Amino acid sequence: MITSTLNISSNTEKLNAVREFISIAAHNFGFDDETASKISLAVDEACTNIIKHAYEYAPNKELEIKVLTNKQQFEVIITHQGKLLDPKLIKTPDMKEYLVHPRRGGLGIHLMRLLMDSVEYKIRDDKKCEVHLMKKISTAVG
Amino acid sequence: MSNFKVGIRENQNVQVVDLKGYLDAHTAPELEKIFQALIDKKNFNIVVNCRDLNYISSAGLGVFMAYIEDVRKNSGDIKLSNMSAKIYNVFDLLGFPLLYDITSDEAEAIQNFCSKK
Repeated sequence: MITSTLNISSNTEKLNAVREFISIAAHNFGFDDETASKISLAVDEACTNIIKHAYEYAPNKELEIKVLTNKQQFEVIITHQGKLLDPKLIKTPDMKEYLVHPRRGGLGIHLMRLLMDSVEYKIRDDKKCEVHLMKKISTAVG
Repeated sequence: MSNFKVGIRENQNVQVVDLKGYLDAHTAPELEKIFQALIDKKNFNIVVNCRDLNYISSAGLGVFMAYIEDVRKNSGDIKLSNMSAKIYNVFDLLGFPLLYDITSDEAEAIQNFCSKK
């Protein structure tokens, strides 16, 4: 299991650094440019949601972005201490309806689910919240 | 310091918005201001030239989503041109080619406005 970690403050200014960190880790893992871009976008969306909804734009809160890899999978775990993002409350938009009546918002969660093999939300015993984004090597190409 | 830039110019009575760099939750408010200003001045024929756009997240897409209905109600449109494959893939993943007129180059987008008149 290989691990690398990036700690950032809850500021959208840091998203660029997050994408760069994930892109390097994904390339090192062996993913191609397209897959590395997809994972970077999904992690950007997850961090944006945490900054926006869990921390409600309060600056200087903490996010930890950890990459865990083994031979089969590339997992990103984002830890925060803001409000729990309850996936049951975060509906995937009905895209048919969305395209008829465009509106802002809701697309980030949808994108994360389209771009990754799985997206999970967990609460740890110490009450910290985690978002897990996972991509398997078998689905890396295409 | 921003890694995103927006420019506006006019081409045959169509407002062309040039995007450069990385459009994410941090930089989307800059684009929002530009769109709001265009719409306040009743400019409803808009082409967004994405030639130099390196990245877009849902926060950037949200700006187009927020204004598209308003613009169309006023007989205008937001057309998108010159996307790289990487940017187009994000639109495609969400089914947005059904919602937006996406052209390979700016001239074609302008032409689509002209042929409508």
